[in-house]
This record gives sequence, structure tokens and C-alpha cells, in this order.
Amino acid sequence: MTAQTPATQTPAAQGGQRILYDGVNLSFGAHHVLHDITLEIPGGQTTCIIGPSGSGKSTLLRCTNLMERPQTGRILIGGDEITAKGTDIDRLRRRVGMVFQHFHLFSHLDVMENVTLALRKVLGLGREEAEARAMAQLEAVGLGGFERRRPADLSGGQQQRVAIARSLAMEPQVMLFDEATSALDPELVKGVLELMTGLAKTGMTMVVVTHEMRFARSVAGQVVFMDKGRIVEQAEPDRMFDRPESPRLQHFLDQVL
Amino acid sequence: MFDGLIKIQQTFFDPHEIAEVLPQLILTGLPNTILLAILASLIGLACALVVAVGLSARARWLRGVCRAYVDILRGLPHILTIYIIGQGLPLAGLALFGNNTYAYAAFAIGLIESAYMAEILRAGLQSVEKGQIEAARSLGMSPAKCFVYIILPQGIRRVLPPLTGQFILVIKGTALVFLLGLTTSQREIFSIAQDAAINNANLSPLTAAGIFYLLLTVPMTYAVNAWERRMGVQSKRVGGDD
Ligand SMILES: Nc1ncnc2c1ncn2[C@@H]1O[C@H](COP(=O)(O)OP(=O)(O)OP(=O)(O)O)[C@@H](O)[C@H]1O
Ligand SMILES: [Mg+2]
Repeated sequence: MTAQTPATQTPAAQGGQRILYDGVNLSFGAHHVLHDITLEIPGGQTTCIIGPSGSGKSTLLRCTNLMERPQTGRILIGGDEITAKGTDIDRLRRRVGMVFQHFHLFSHLDVMENVTLALRKVLGLGREEAEARAMAQLEAVGLGGFERRRPADLSGGQQQRVAIARSLAMEPQVMLFDEATSALDPELVKGVLELMTGLAKTGMTMVVVTHEMRFARSVAGQVVFMDKGRIVEQAEPDRMFDRPESPRLQHFLDQVL
Repeated sequence: MFDGLIKIQQTFFDPHEIAEVLPQLILTGLPNTILLAILASLIGLACALVVAVGLSARARWLRGVCRAYVDILRGLPHILTIYIIGQGLPLAGLALFGNNTYAYAAFAIGLIESAYMAEILRAGLQSVEKGQIEAARSLGMSPAKCFVYIILPQGIRRVLPPLTGQFILVIKGTALVFLLGLTTSQREIFSIAQDAAINNANLSPLTAAGIFYLLLTVPMTYAVNAWERRMGVQSKRVGGDD
């Protein structure tokens, strides 16, 4: 049942897209949520973002596919400045998959339709091609045989795996995960994390906001610690977790570990 | 005392009067009432959809215009609106449908209904989970595609019972079109009964008409109630899953 290798065999050139945040600032009204974020997400590996609630992790992630727009600063994906004026947002989002804490499957559609909808209506694939592609992804996430189920009839873990398949079927160059396992019952977390680990191994560029420190340690190439809208510390995982430098990170790790 | 009862029976339940009007009610009135209700509902639904989107639009002026539309049509007596549209439009030279009274009637009721249906639809459209809309957008769907494939099907599904309830009101509302003076073949249940009642100085045809309305509306009301109960159970199950 638990799946290991997603079907997208991302070519290195495609999976190798790096992301660059250059002096990104964002406020909601008077509330300054992202302060001068400058950060490089290397292509082809996983970057985990950790930090306390309200530190701006989701907001940073949502800037990456322009669900939020920074007021100042630039964001580049694979050399393209997505924050530039004329960016085609819908075209950008085809390149950037996003997985949410609460799955957000389309509740009026069955599993197969959830995965094929954007393939057909956004990419313009025919039904057969879309279903073949969706089937491959569903099997890869361990949900072959679930095509005609409704989201409401699936466990949280199964719903999240459908959501991942739905994103991957678009063959994105970058995947964003916003606390993808936080809403799951403990026994369902493992399957989803294994799936994400397998995806990381294919060389997909992934940005993962997570509270799963073990996942971050074993999968991430780099870990970024955010607090109050700033990047406080950034390092490869062993250094981050074993030798935290700032008191704020130490304090945070004391609480979550 | 007994005389009184007989008089009531003769006035309201005269079997001869009822038998006389029955063929007309069944062959002309019933189909016309149903057709009129369906036509008006379709017109209403189409207008309501536009207004419902306008009601939840970001632009303030657009929201204002749609709000005014809803408030005015719901605030006026229906009889007045039907007069203004059915008699007024042709008089003012806006003979959209030539001199087809039936079409004006459907249009007038449709507009009235659109105001009520717009409110129902707006509630449905706004009830769609924001996260699903975000998910659709994050997959590269444009706002328009997102509306067509995610918001509309879910929004409408959720308000099907109240929309059907509204349809029941439309059936009753069609009685008002007698005001516009329909041709013999266009008459719906109430017009036929009213004409017969006046001609024969007896109210029994109206009783017959009432029975027809009840036959249409009461079963539908029960069906809608059962439907709403079932959907309530379902949505609880879905909600509990989250
Ligand atoms: N649309 C919005 N409008 C106003 N304020 C917002 C909005 N979205 C987020 N915020 C605020 O921005 C701050 C950062 O929110 P964000 O969701 O990015 O934090 P987070 O690090 O993801 O937190 P959590 O771990 O709780 O998910 C919070 O104070 C939040 O209240
Ligand atoms: Mg968050």
C-alpha cells in the first residue's frame, strides 16, 4: 500500500530548477510578515523550512507560486523572474506544484477526476491521455484501484496522496509542501512522508514546510529556520539540529524535539 | 343550518361545474402552468446566476447594482412588477416578444424569481471551500475555469433543494399572469378557473384549480424536505471527516 517511487521521472534539467528569493518583503496591511528574505533553494534537492507558528513559512511558500505577491524584492525560478510584471501566473503555476495541509481535494469529483481535471482543462490533454497519466501517478502513490472513490470516502492519508498525485501529474519543476502531514492521524503520517522521501530522491526541487524534524534531518539538503518573518538560521540538517547557533533556534528545537 | 351547508357545497363543490371545467384544466391549464413555471425558472436561473456572481464581486459598484436589483424586485408586490413588465414594456415600445403575452408573462415572473434565486445561488457559491479554489488556482486554472469546474458545480449542488423550493413558489406565482390577459389557448390553471367561475357565477372551478395546485406543490414540498434532510446527513458526514 505505501508507495515509494512517484511516477514522474523528472529529468535532471527539469528537476534541477533552483529558486532564488532576493530581498523579499511582504506586509498584510500594517503587519510586516516577510522581512527582507534572501534565500537560495538549490535545484534538485529538498529544503525544509521550520519555525514557530506565525513566522511566515506559509506566506513565503505562497509567494513562490504567487498566491501572495511580495511588495518588494524578486523571486526567480530557474532563472525566470516570476515577480516581474508580465508573468503569466497560470503558466507559472503549472511549473510549481503545491500540496496543502488540508488536502483540498475537489469534493464533487472522484479520485480520477481530481487528478485529470487540470490535465484536461489546463494542459488540454484528451481524456485518454489524461487518464493514463493520472493512473500512473495514482499507482505510484499506492492508490491504484481507488479511481472511482470520492474524497470523503478516503482516509486523510489517502486524500493527501491523491493531492500529491494531482500535483505531480502536471509534471511540475518544483514542489511546495505546506505542513502536508500536520492534519493526519499519527499512523497515516509515515506513508505520506515515505512518498515525499521517494519524490525527493528523484531529484525534484522541493520546499517543505514541516514540523517533522526527523524527515528534515534525513531528507533535506538544507534546513531554514524562520522566526517573526526573518530567516534566522540556514544550514545543512546535521549542523542545524546538532549545533544550533542562535538562541531562538535552540529554544525552538527544545520545544519541538 | 343544513341549508347553509348545501349552499356552501353548491358554491364551492358543485360536481357539474367541476366536471365541466376539468377537461380544460387538464388539457390546457396544467401544461401551460407547468410550461410557464419551467420557462420562468429557466429565465430566472440564468439571470440569477449573473446577479449572484455580481453580488459576490470584488468591485463595489457592481455589488451595489446587483444588490439594488435584488432589493427592488423582492421589495415590490409581484403583481405590480408583472403589470409593469407585461403591460409596460410593450406600451413603451419595447415589444421584445411582439404581442405574445405568454412570453411577457414568463419574462416577468422570471425576473422576479431571479432576485430570489440570486440570493440562494450566492449562498451556494460562497459556501464552496476556499481551499479547493486555492488548490484549483495552484494547478494553473484561471479564475473563469475555476468558477466553471469547481465553484459552480459545488455551489449549485448545495442549493438544489432550496432552488427546487423556489420552483414551487414559481408554480404558485404563475397564477398572477391572468392579469395580462392570455388568449384562450395560453391560459393557465388559474385563468381558466377564474373565467369559468365568472361565466357560471359559481366558485367550484376555483376549487378544482386549488386541487391541481396542491397536487403539484405538496408532493414536491415533501420531496424537497426529504432531500434536504438527506443532504444534511451527508454534509455532516463530509464535515466530520475533516
Ligand atoms: N491573508 C492574510 N491576511 C492577513 N494576515 C495574514 C494573512 N495570511 C497570513 N497572515 C499573517 O501573517 C503571519 C504569518 O502567517 P503564516 O501563515 O505565513 O505563518 P506560518 O509560519 O505558516 O504559521 P503556521 O505554522 O501557524 O502555519 C501571521 O501572523 C498571520 O496571521
Ligand atoms: Mg502555515
